[in-house]
Amino acid sequence: MARRLPKKDVVIIGLGWTGSIMAQELTDEGLDVIAIERGPWRDTPTDFPPSYMQDELRYRVRHELFLRPDQLTFTFRNKMDQTALPIRSWGAFMPPNGVGGGGVHWNAEMWRFLPSDFVLKSHLTERYGKSFMPEDMTIQDWGITFDDIEPFYDRFEHLCGTSGTAGNLKGQIQEGGNPFEGPRSRPYPTPAQPQPFSQTLFAKAARELGYKPFPQPSGNLSTAYTNPLGLRMGPCTYCGFCEWFGCGNYSKASPQTTILPVLVRKSNFTAQDNSEVVRINVDRSGKHATGVTFVDSSGEEWEQQADLVILSAYTMFNVQLLLHSKIGQPYDPIANSGVIGRNYTHQTTSTVNGFFNNKKFNFNPFIASGSIGMCIDEFNGDNFDHGPHGFVGGAYMGQVQTGARPIESTLTPPGTPKWGASWKSAVRDNYLSTVKPGTGVHGSFYAYRDNYLDLDPEYKDRLGRPLMRITMDLHENEVKQNRFMTDKFAEIIKAMGADQLAKHYRTAPYDNTEYQTTHLNGGAIMGTDPKTSAINRYLQNWDVSNLFVLGASAFPQNAGYNPTLTVGALAYWAADAIRNRYLKNPGPLVDA
Amino acid sequence: MRKTTNVRLLGALVAFVAVGASCSAQAGDSDPQAFTQIERGRYLAVTSDCVSCHTVPDSNQPFAGGRAIETPFGNIFAPNITPDPETGIGAWSDDEFDAAVRKGIGRTGSPLYPAMPYNAFTKMSRTDVQAIRAYLNTVTPVHNPRAATALPFPFNIRAAMRVWNALYFKEGEYTPDPQKSSEWNRGAFLVDGPAHCGACHTPKSLLGGDKLNQYLQGSYLQGWSAPDITNSTRLGLGRWAVDDIAAFLKTGHNRVSAATGPMAEAVKLSTSQMTDADVRAIATYLKSLPGVEDDVKPLPQDNPAMAAGAAIYRDQCSACHALDGRGVAKLFPSIADSSMVRSADPTTAIRIVLRGARSVATASEPTAPGMPSYGRQLGDGQVAAVLTYMRNMWGGAAPAVAAKDVTRVRSETASRPD
Repeated sequence: MARRLPKKDVVIIGLGWTGSIMAQELTDEGLDVIAIERGPWRDTPTDFPPSYMQDELRYRVRHELFLRPDQLTFTFRNKMDQTALPIRSWGAFMPPNGVGGGGVHWNAEMWRFLPSDFVLKSHLTERYGKSFMPEDMTIQDWGITFDDIEPFYDRFEHLCGTSGTAGNLKGQIQEGGNPFEGPRSRPYPTPAQPQPFSQTLFAKAARELGYKPFPQPSGNLSTAYTNPLGLRMGPCTYCGFCEWFGCGNYSKASPQTTILPVLVRKSNFTAQDNSEVVRINVDRSGKHATGVTFVDSSGEEWEQQADLVILSAYTMFNVQLLLHSKIGQPYDPIANSGVIGRNYTHQTTSTVNGFFNNKKFNFNPFIASGSIGMCIDEFNGDNFDHGPHGFVGGAYMGQVQTGARPIESTLTPPGTPKWGASWKSAVRDNYLSTVKPGTGVHGSFYAYRDNYLDLDPEYKDRLGRPLMRITMDLHENEVKQNRFMTDKFAEIIKAMGADQLAKHYRTAPYDNTEYQTTHLNGGAIMGTDPKTSAINRYLQNWDVSNLFVLGASAFPQNAGYNPTLTVGALAYWAADAIRNRYLKNPGPLVDA
Repeated sequence: MRKTTNVRLLGALVAFVAVGASCSAQAGDSDPQAFTQIERGRYLAVTSDCVSCHTVPDSNQPFAGGRAIETPFGNIFAPNITPDPETGIGAWSDDEFDAAVRKGIGRTGSPLYPAMPYNAFTKMSRTDVQAIRAYLNTVTPVHNPRAATALPFPFNIRAAMRVWNALYFKEGEYTPDPQKSSEWNRGAFLVDGPAHCGACHTPKSLLGGDKLNQYLQGSYLQGWSAPDITNSTRLGLGRWAVDDIAAFLKTGHNRVSAATGPMAEAVKLSTSQMTDADVRAIATYLKSLPGVEDDVKPLPQDNPAMAAGAAIYRDQCSACHALDGRGVAKLFPSIADSSMVRSADPTTAIRIVLRGARSVATASEPTAPGMPSYGRQLGDGQVAAVLTYMRNMWGGAAPAVAAKDVTRVRSETASRPD
């Protein structure tokens, strides 16, 4: 029997980006807030100090900062007729754990989605006709528009001090920025990061091919910055240890650098770490959440009652907790009914590595930040006519190399032996003169009827709960899209002067063992119809109106951009709805 | 009838409880509604930082005592100064309180140890101290018997403090200097009186008395060296403007430096809660103290420690503190402008490199950036070299730090809390 704690106004599940934003907003509203976090407390100088953070073996290879699969994992299969098996070592994505969540170990690439991304289904249907899309593609409109969310993009950008060059300021196209972006109300708070040699060379080549390259918007700051909460950030040092690592230099936007020091000073905020919420409790009507039950590290069960429940764990854990709590109808791909687990998506990424003459090119590739890079956006979303190409979706592409950490930066040109003296000398010869863009092609991943999440019929976790099962494959549309994008990208790398190219297309079947990105989306999507979405346009659960579900689980499908800026903007959007509408009149904000 | 009796009994009980709860207000002569006096006392208690020593850190029982105050002679446990009549000061008379605070005489008549800075508090008036008493009468009484202080012989003989007092204690209220501005006088009163800056910043004799000829020129305590806070250009606050000092006291941070260690606590509990006028008054007074002016020449660049230090600095330090040593204002302290780095006693500089340090969070500067510990990857010789380099760069000059100094600090701080 769970022991009951004194009731709070708000319980927040997960203290990452969205949990921190919501806690900050709702404590400002005067509410008494508790955040329950499964992982440990983490702070900059004590947990990722620059004195030892640049440890590739510990953090990159051995996954120091991520959830341990022994604690909780998922089962995986490509197709519905296969038997799923548990993931025992993370591969395609890295589930976050601990205070700060993925905001600790992200690259801090801060992209806005395109206006058309939010109305994707109507936009594509209008332009190309319904039959242009594959029959089993289940893309949807979001229920909000770019204009709705622009002020909240702006807020999150300014919270983080984002470094970038505006491309569209209130409708005026700006030289040097992304001309395809939606109109922004203000310039970026700090100038774009200066770009190293290979990134600059990529921009030059792209420009000569007729594209309009621009610096990638970055949460690694070009200059010192004081954010609207009074927190101070330092300029990035280009150490090249961003993704997989925490930043010890106060340069990368994270909950630790932008929110938590202010939040922890508030007397109406409490954080409970090392405690996993196992259930959202609902009353007998099934329409009202009474709070949550969590388990601490001693295995003790506690009940935390609250008037408002904010589910702000990672995509996967949001969906899993809804399934375990029996909130919302689980998705059934055969009947095409239900909502929880629906429209699960990832990111279609690929790369092209370029090998250059080491007598002419020394890129010093270790000089980088997680979101350094020059990019083009000509082939993203619906920025070009898809008619002749037979696919929908797109990608930004760019030289976005995040460093040259030694263990994973031993690239050799095609044809080099895989071991021995000639491999070693090829590594040595190519280390400084190879362009290794990582996810150089960063493509959209649209939703399909048979890509989804549900509970595994066989495997259970340490607490006896069914593991969540991933059923996920790449569909022909994404494979075609990626082939087109990768070839376009290769043309630019070639134009930079590469002697040899190594193209790595993304091909089916979806590979759960190779890291792609941690951009998992969907499963509890937002929309306008409770039959096809789990939450309304304010991220409020259709069934349980005092439950809001934040994060990329809300994305009906994924655009060709990194999701975090949109995740943060949606959190501010939901917080605004709670503060200005829900609290005045608790109940559904949209009539079903 | 029976019911009425019960109600009466209940009424009596309520009255009793009410008396019980406010019995503290009966102690001494203060009036529990004397708002002006109580507020004056609260502010003086803040400037005196009573709460620091008289509260176990992070406990939720302010002024309940029990904190072990480390002195060179052993630990002294701070008493309970809540109005609890049995274990606190609830039963004390005003005269007894005044004698303790301003004269160092305990309730039983035996002398207090000067860990209680009565040699500074004596600068306050009896009215001031009675105001503090009036304020303390209003805090929640806590029943918390005092842990016995047991210093080794001969310091366990309280009467020996009479000798100490004869040597080092000068009783008497602050007398303003009519030649100086009222701001300067206010600063002098605060520094020498309630704020008792000299307790940490004035060097001590072997017996723990102030070396008055080195007034506020830096001292050593509890594993930290407290810096020189005179206007000395090289060692003190000479390169700080009044505004810099005021910002440091008020927010814990300024363009050059950040408060860490014991000063972080002093900022958090005391100086950040002072008025803007008072922190400026303190700054004005400190800037008027000439301090030591000397002509130390920087070590030559080709000194082996300088060469090694330059390489270590570039690798390990420059990411935050920058190649020009100037860091980022209010985030990463400026090594170039730091007199702490060049302090005659390098203990704190060594300690911060070895063990790291967390700066203070205040309402206006909540970031509280931290310096990581480098004790694991830098050997004693390397720490000495990089500090020697920092001390002699960017226009600064100070004698080299020796590896044995680092060895000493490493050993002294090994088992201390950070």
